[in-house]
Amino acid sequence: MPFEIYLNVAAAGVLTGLVYGLMALGLSVIFGVIRVVNFAHGEMMAIAMYIAVTLFAAFKLDPLLMMVPIAVVLFAFGYLLQAHLINPFINRPEHSQFMLLVGIGIIILNTLLMIFGPDAKNVQTSYAFDSYQVGPLIIDATKAYAGGAAILVSAALFAFFRFTLVGQAIRACADNYTGALVVGLNVQQLYALTFGLGSACVGAAGAMIVLFIDVTPPLGPAYTLLAFLIVITGGLGSMPGALVGGVLIGVTEAMAGLLFTPSAKSMFSFALLVIVLLFRPQGLLGTSAR
Amino acid sequence: MSALLDVNGVSKNFKGLRAVQDVSFSVTQGEIFAVIGPNGAGKTTLFNLIAGVFKPDQGAIAFTGARIDGHSPDEICRRGIGRTFQLVRPFPTLTVRDNVMVGSLLRRHERAAALVQTEEVLRRLDLYDKRDVLASALTLPDRKRLEVARALATDPKLLLLDEVMAGLRPTETDRMVRILIELNRTTGLTIVLIEHVMRAVMALAQRVLVLHHGAVIAQDTPAVVVRDPAVVKSYLGTEAVH
Amino acid sequence: MTSLVFADIPVRGWVALIVAAVLLLLVPPFANDYVITVLVLIFYFAFTGQAWNIMMGFAGQLSLGHAFYVGLGAYAAAALYVHFGIGPWIGMLAGILISAWCGAVVGFLAFRFGVGGVYFAILTIAFAEFARIGFDHFRWVGGSSGLFLPVAQFKHNDLWSLRGNPTMFYYVMFGLMVAALIVCRALLRSRLGFYWQAIREDEHAARALGINTFRCKMIAVVISSGMTSIAGVVFAFYYNNLFPEQTFHISKSIEIILGPIIGGIGTLIGPIIGAFVLTGLSEGLLDVLATLKITVPGAKQVFYGVCLIIVIILMPNGIWPPLARALGLTERPERKP
Repeated sequence: MPFEIYLNVAAAGVLTGLVYGLMALGLSVIFGVIRVVNFAHGEMMAIAMYIAVTLFAAFKLDPLLMMVPIAVVLFAFGYLLQAHLINPFINRPEHSQFMLLVGIGIIILNTLLMIFGPDAKNVQTSYAFDSYQVGPLIIDATKAYAGGAAILVSAALFAFFRFTLVGQAIRACADNYTGALVVGLNVQQLYALTFGLGSACVGAAGAMIVLFIDVTPPLGPAYTLLAFLIVITGGLGSMPGALVGGVLIGVTEAMAGLLFTPSAKSMFSFALLVIVLLFRPQGLLGTSAR
Repeated sequence: MSALLDVNGVSKNFKGLRAVQDVSFSVTQGEIFAVIGPNGAGKTTLFNLIAGVFKPDQGAIAFTGARIDGHSPDEICRRGIGRTFQLVRPFPTLTVRDNVMVGSLLRRHERAAALVQTEEVLRRLDLYDKRDVLASALTLPDRKRLEVARALATDPKLLLLDEVMAGLRPTETDRMVRILIELNRTTGLTIVLIEHVMRAVMALAQRVLVLHHGAVIAQDTPAVVVRDPAVVKSYLGTEAVH
Repeated sequence: MTSLVFADIPVRGWVALIVAAVLLLLVPPFANDYVITVLVLIFYFAFTGQAWNIMMGFAGQLSLGHAFYVGLGAYAAAALYVHFGIGPWIGMLAGILISAWCGAVVGFLAFRFGVGGVYFAILTIAFAEFARIGFDHFRWVGGSSGLFLPVAQFKHNDLWSLRGNPTMFYYVMFGLMVAALIVCRALLRSRLGFYWQAIREDEHAARALGINTFRCKMIAVVISSGMTSIAGVVFAFYYNNLFPEQTFHISKSIEIILGPIIGGIGTLIGPIIGAFVLTGLSEGLLDVLATLKITVPGAKQVFYGVCLIIVIILMPNGIWPPLARALGLTERPERKP
């Protein structure tokens, strides 16, 4: 096969990987701070995807433009979810937390199924078939824009945690829960804020992803799994790790789809997960001890 | 009498921090031996080295003549060393009796036989009346005695007690001291204990080891150690010496 | 051995068990096919729930990929029957071996490398997913088109080949459920059972008491996986078709664990009660929805989700512990000294 095809597929993998990375970034932030594993993460992204699809179908609004409002809606959803439902479960055993979030995921998935039905929906923007030529590479416009947007949102998030007082307060909670309490931080509120931020990431990612993927309700759990794959590979609690992990998985899946049968591409991701879990459990970029 | 436990030139570093430096001592069978020193002196690390939680970087540890350094904690327990933890670790959703059963089942594989020994141990530690209580519902002094009972149920030749008096009121401390002396007297159980409560150390120990910054600064009978200037300076303070 | 299983049960408990058993045994002649099929499903979930409970409730290891073992058992026995005419009870032995071996691999990888808690759960999901996608490409067992057992008209029940009407499966599954209960009680009260509980509560403290935690956890995983595969074999011969996409799907894994969690993890009766409550309510809901003329797909699952959340919030230890206390059937003493 000509070399250009590999390059193109890899490039496409990188760009979609960035979007996956943004989704995983939300998960990483939530787990890194609150230490709760959000098993409804992908389902929340499905909500964002359906909002984007509906807005486009009704008003022809470009999902990328709707990215911010959708992220805000998901932020509110996540904030309320954490503040009212998840908060009492912070100190409960893992299987309890898991069941709560699985329950929430089931409700979300099937409510979407009830409202929208099982048929695939998609978004065809005016530029859906455009592409750019960069040297030997031919890049889809949709993927290019999505990838770019993912980088922008991630950068905004990094900046938030680095430079704002609230961001630093959240990092303090993550580092030392008791210390944060002692210093007078309102940890409950900060947790809710964090969950909201993680959900906003997922909302933004969802808006981007509809540009190049058909939406069905069962995508929710599939993306939850993918988010875990990425976060564990890249390093739980490491923000750059989530993006790196996302790109890695994006490229792996793209190349595996090219070299082997497309349906088997997830197998490689899972094999990679098992290897990472065994040999470098902190992930590629992670430093936090478990 | 030959040494039951022989610690020889043992050292342990943690990323540049020398937690234990070239510590040597032996404990003879039937002895009660205390390890004292300020916080951070390396006492619990020493216990963890003996109990198999860590492997020494240098030196050797021998028990009944055989090397045990580097072995796993469960292997070392099976060989006859029981231990308690500084912060007690009961099995919260199990009853007092079931907690101790877990210990008894090490040597007695049948439930009935284990139950017999469990009840014996519970009586010895004044816990028989509370045998049906869930461990999570116990007060601290009871939990401390449960911790000892559980370790005792494994039929150890040597018992490592890590600050078992911490947090106890004087009457409780005396009760624990009585129980330990009784155990040592009637069964010949060898006891090594880490303690800050000097009242207990003076009442129990035949010999005392003093650690400071991971190194041994004194090793002798309690009366001598308590007057040692280095020990007074680093740990006891002049009030401890009358 | 008998004292392990049958001793220390209060008289009330015996009465309850015997009454329940007799009632259930007498159902088939009097009930219609629908009720029988629902009960078969309940017994199936009670059985798999018990098997899963060994790993989670006894040994404290959260597995979210138990469909892996169901599928392995199902495919092993079905493939042997379809290709070589080997009866399911023999095929079951192959299924158990394969499943237990895979469980051992999962356990070994996890425990040797210190993978626990949430990470272990994700590892189990990964294996099930791997199987789901892998079996899609496994031609010998039908791949994604599925594996089909020949369905013939039965004049009589063939227990040896598990070919028969629902009533036969009713008694088979009931027997398995009872066997699981007996086995689990024996395990829980044995030395191994104590060691598992110690590991579940505090692995570090358990090691200090001489327990070889690696070996005990491995045994839990092997028993749990082997036992689960037995259900898979019956499943295959009951439904007569297998598709990797469904058999290994994560939703199947979640179904397995719903019963024990709602009924009460770590208890013996919990998985059984949970299976009854869940399936019974779910079928009841289908009835209600049908009369209300709501036939939207997904409605039943939303109800599942809501139920799950309510139980988890209000009864964190499951339905059985408070119920047992109320009925005076508890083996456990009260919390106060």
